[in-house]
Amino acid sequence: MGIEIDVTLRRGDALIATRFASEAGLTALFGPSGAGKTSVLDMVAGLLRPDAGRIVVGGQVLFDSAAGIDLAPEQRRCGYVFQDYRLFPHKSVEANLLYGWRLSAPEQRWISLPEVCSFLGIGHLLARMPRQLSGGEAQRVAIGRALLSGARCLLMDEPLSSLDAARRGEIMALIERIRDDLRLPILYVSHDRAEVERLAGRIIALD
Amino acid sequence: MPSAQELAIVALSLKVSAVAIFGIAPLAFGVAWVLARGRWAGLVVLDAVVHLPLVLPPVVVGWLLLLAFGAQGPLGRLLADCGITLMFRWTGAALASAVMAFPLMVRAMRLSIEAVDRRLEQAARTLGASRWRVFVSVTLPLAMPGVLAGLVLGFARSLGEFGATITFVSNIPDETQTLPLAIYAALQTPSGDALVTRLALISVTLSLAALVVSEILARRMTRWNGGGRHGY
Repeated sequence: MGIEIDVTLRRGDALIATRFASEAGLTALFGPSGAGKTSVLDMVAGLLRPDAGRIVVGGQVLFDSAAGIDLAPEQRRCGYVFQDYRLFPHKSVEANLLYGWRLSAPEQRWISLPEVCSFLGIGHLLARMPRQLSGGEAQRVAIGRALLSGARCLLMDEPLSSLDAARRGEIMALIERIRDDLRLPILYVSHDRAEVERLAGRIIALD
Repeated sequence: MPSAQELAIVALSLKVSAVAIFGIAPLAFGVAWVLARGRWAGLVVLDAVVHLPLVLPPVVVGWLLLLAFGAQGPLGRLLADCGITLMFRWTGAALASAVMAFPLMVRAMRLSIEAVDRRLEQAARTLGASRWRVFVSVTLPLAMPGVLAGLVLGFARSLGEFGATITFVSNIPDETQTLPLAIYAALQTPSGDALVTRLALISVTLSLAALVVSEILARRMTRWNGGGRHGY
């Protein structure tokens, strides 16, 4: 149930080209800013279209330029955890968490709202609005929202970068539990070597 | 207490404006959407055409409406075949109001659509929402305060419409004589001073209320779209 990626994308002068296959566990995309790490996540999620290549997650082909396959983002079931959380500001925490869950087919759901709440420790936040959350809380809600959407992999874009040291430790421990207890393949973007060395089973360098 | 005559004038004004605004709102939203999200070069021209009623003398707009919707006008004949006459009718006053309020409404709606954070729409897509679902559950609710503010603003503008209306549908009591036209008529009457004062007061009150409502809605939009991230 891994992730296979082989994509190229030219953006102006820059060429983003990467190729790797990873099994379950956390694969880190590591490199300086501007190397196109986020672009790779966007291509997996379907938010950015590669010029050519092939993307397979959990045995399903999401994109294959040769075969003319290009699934819409909503058909890919990639749980994307953004650097800036992107919680819906007009919806409560509970409505944010259930947004993807309600849109998923029952057979795609593998975790329930109470399970997510106890796993992430966010049960007491359900009635709040996103603007009433701290950074660490918002990040946990964003992770919960992705898990509840029936995701078969997680795409995490610098999920620790806007948190203070204490919150970083907390979220890092959570990510380890998602990796080890939930056994969800994770593609993880970071420019922080220590973070990547602690979390990743495999490191893909982009430059 | 306003007299029966004054109430009738206010009621007619509100009816004309309500029909005008709700009739034109879908088109205004559609044009605002295209201007906010469209990518092609011809949009500059569309933008200019949309803003024309804002800068043209209203009497010119009224004259153009006469040309198009008058008895001899191409659209007027078409509507006459369906049994609809706009000239000298309150429905014609509503059309004139709608045309004059259109640019203001499009402007407010466009700004509110542009203010919606498209990264939230992307997030919704990754969570399984189709384009349509994203529009209904994310874009529209986030833009809604601005869209409503646009409606209120257009309504206020339409209550004050004078030049295009009097040119297109004349000043007929109980049919096309809205508030500003009634004030104008009263000004022409030797004993009309008291009526002018009372109608003007009503006008100021209605406009002020509309502006306050529109301002409250605009603030609410800022809180959702910009203010939403401060807490993080």
